[in-house]
Amino acid sequence: MIKLLKRWKESRTMEQDLTKVDEIVDKYESNDESLIQILLDIQNEYRWLSKPILSRVCDRLDIPLVRAYHIATFYKHFSLLPQGRHSVSVCLGTACHVRGANRLLDRVTQAIGIEPGQTTPDEKFTLNTVNCLGCCALGPAMVIDGEYRSNLGAKELAEIVAGAD
Amino acid sequence: MAKLKSLLDLEELRKSIVAARDPSKLCITICSGTGCHAYASEKVAEAFSSEIEQRGLSGKIDLRRTGCHGFCERGPIVVIFPDEICYLSVKPEDVSEIVSETLIHKKIVERLLYVGDDGKPISNENDIPFYKSQIRIVFGDNRLIDPQSIEDYLALGGYAALAKALFEMTPEEVIEVIKKSNLRGRGGGGFPAGIKWETTRNAPGDAKYVIVNADEGDPGAYMDRSLLEGNPHSVLEGLIIGAYAIGANQGYVYVRQEYPLAVDNVSVAIDQMRELGLLGEKILGTGFDFDIIVHRGAGAFVSGESSALMTAIEGRVGEPRPKYVRTAVSGIHGRPSNLNNVETWANVPLIIKHGADWFRGVGTEGSKGTKIFSLVGKVKHTGLVEVPMGMPLREIIYDIGGGIRDNKKFKAVQTGGPSGGVIPESLLNLPVDFDELSKAGSMMGSGGMIVMDEDTCVVDVARYFLNFLADESCGKCIPCREGIQQMLVVLNRICEGNGTDDDLEILTDLGDMMRDCSLCALGQTAPNPVLSTIQYFREEYEEHIKNHRCPAGVCKELINYYIDPEKCQACMICMRNCPVGAIEGGKNIVHVIMQEKCTKCGTCLEVCPPRFSAVSKLSGVEIPEVAAGGIKVR
Repeated sequence: MIKLLKRWKESRTMEQDLTKVDEIVDKYESNDESLIQILLDIQNEYRWLSKPILSRVCDRLDIPLVRAYHIATFYKHFSLLPQGRHSVSVCLGTACHVRGANRLLDRVTQAIGIEPGQTTPDEKFTLNTVNCLGCCALGPAMVIDGEYRSNLGAKELAEIVAGAD
Repeated sequence: MAKLKSLLDLEELRKSIVAARDPSKLCITICSGTGCHAYASEKVAEAFSSEIEQRGLSGKIDLRRTGCHGFCERGPIVVIFPDEICYLSVKPEDVSEIVSETLIHKKIVERLLYVGDDGKPISNENDIPFYKSQIRIVFGDNRLIDPQSIEDYLALGGYAALAKALFEMTPEEVIEVIKKSNLRGRGGGGFPAGIKWETTRNAPGDAKYVIVNADEGDPGAYMDRSLLEGNPHSVLEGLIIGAYAIGANQGYVYVRQEYPLAVDNVSVAIDQMRELGLLGEKILGTGFDFDIIVHRGAGAFVSGESSALMTAIEGRVGEPRPKYVRTAVSGIHGRPSNLNNVETWANVPLIIKHGADWFRGVGTEGSKGTKIFSLVGKVKHTGLVEVPMGMPLREIIYDIGGGIRDNKKFKAVQTGGPSGGVIPESLLNLPVDFDELSKAGSMMGSGGMIVMDEDTCVVDVARYFLNFLADESCGKCIPCREGIQQMLVVLNRICEGNGTDDDLEILTDLGDMMRDCSLCALGQTAPNPVLSTIQYFREEYEEHIKNHRCPAGVCKELINYYIDPEKCQACMICMRNCPVGAIEGGKNIVHVIMQEKCTKCGTCLEVCPPRFSAVSKLSGVEIPEVAAGGIKVR
């Protein structure tokens, strides 16, 4: 937790190009009703929501910063810290759960060396759990950079980790 | 395409699309739903495309990427029209053979067919047992349509129901038909859609809204996703008809951003509708204006609740509010707003087209029509199934689902997601409809049906759902926020072998309190998974509490892995695979698990060759001592 806070403090002063933020706000015609949609687009573009980004959005929409933070901390999709270059999501939906998703998650945490919700120090991987990927026939399932995989073994996982740049 | 300005324009366009199509022409359809996509269906589609080109067959054979067919277990699914030859689990390397054998020489590739229990291969998709007892009125067109082609939808009679409503019926008549059909909401509660529509229509206010709820958050349920991905126009047509009946000029589709394909397909569909004048001002030359906005949800289960969802559409955090006044009267911006789920909307065009009596012809006394279920878990044929209301659970699980995987024993089926309950074997003959499921302590929910076998621990399942809900509770009301937490404390204690004799009573009391006092349905129904498992599987809870034993061998703190020295052949496989080096032994020396090092990941059990089966799980018994220094293999 303290580590996370430290990373967040450091991240607040990071220099960022905010042109894309302005473009996205323009696309929604600076309408504050579209705040969640704007933040989604920015999250997908920048892979995280930094303080400078949120401040800029709120200035442009003329709303208090707390409203953006309320949303950014309420919904699962948003991240207040930089995400890894590769995203790994392990499905913990009910169908996967009864087919051994927890054992798969154990293998994944061991292979990457981080717990769900964390990013590796070299910002290579971010590991998350999700509640249903909607491909229950593959269960226990996971997604690595958009590619769906079924019940990977420890060996295959180790190869994937070693092979990632 | 030019804008359609009248009923005649629509019918002319349909005629021209149908006339340009030859029903006897060869057409390869490839299921491209999310399940098949995960099985690399796109590679199969590309392989077909290049194979057709290489053989100079372009123009002679159509290739169509369709929505989900439902039989996800055996994807990617390829169906070749007009004979409807169905190939399962197709890989890119099978493509060349399919083209030369089936498409050119009209011969069937037997090895890719479904093989029945009697060993006979089945070539037509509709004859496969998985599909045979289904009635696919809502989901059936998925396999015929390219979701990104409005022409495909029009060719099958799309938007004829809208035309009928606009030109032949008054809004009141539309509502009457929906009321008479007794269409009940497919999203969970089963509230009659017609009555909800009427409330919104009669509520005071000029601006009204209609909304598609595609925030399908139940883990293990994906029918709304597949319907919206596979046949978006059917949902949108229902929405426009609803808007006309209610008197709304603005609609929303609230869809989770976790469903990117659904977002894409629905956005493409809306663009096509605007282009054709099926959205916008003066639709089909009438005085009716209507448009739709797509709102992506950012990942919160509670935002699927109607008042929370509407708050999110306003651009604020999606938390529920007390509903002294229903959202049908005061919803988005305090205006009357009618919310229905994806499947409910998709039923509307069918009812308008065929009439209320047709719809009432299927189903039970209180629940009419069909329901799509996502049949998943330990069942042989995982997939989406659409069955008439009232079909017994047993038929769904055994006749359609093919029974339990790996010849295990059936234990229970969980319906209704985190708000639902667990149904035991003794109730397998229960006819599935809204009322029967509620009576059994569960609910229809959005239609998740998770089958569990003897290897599933129901206490662990209850804990799983509570964990999920603890994470998803918005925390606004105390009974839900604290109630779930406290129930979880008790369940964790039971799963860890520290349960007390009072625990089941505490759980029941907490559950009753949450049912009565929580603000929204999330908290009110949160105890269901716990209370229904206590009701039907009390002995299993008691085994955990009194004997510290998990009969299914799931709860980690209550099990130990053990290698039987009589059976171990010292093959070294488990030793090499153990991720924490907890197995000692060596060549010709029987392997032993060091219990203090073991993390109970189960790898040794998985890798031990079946011909030895030396590794087993023990629960509630002492681990037999193994002589120090190692035993030689006999």
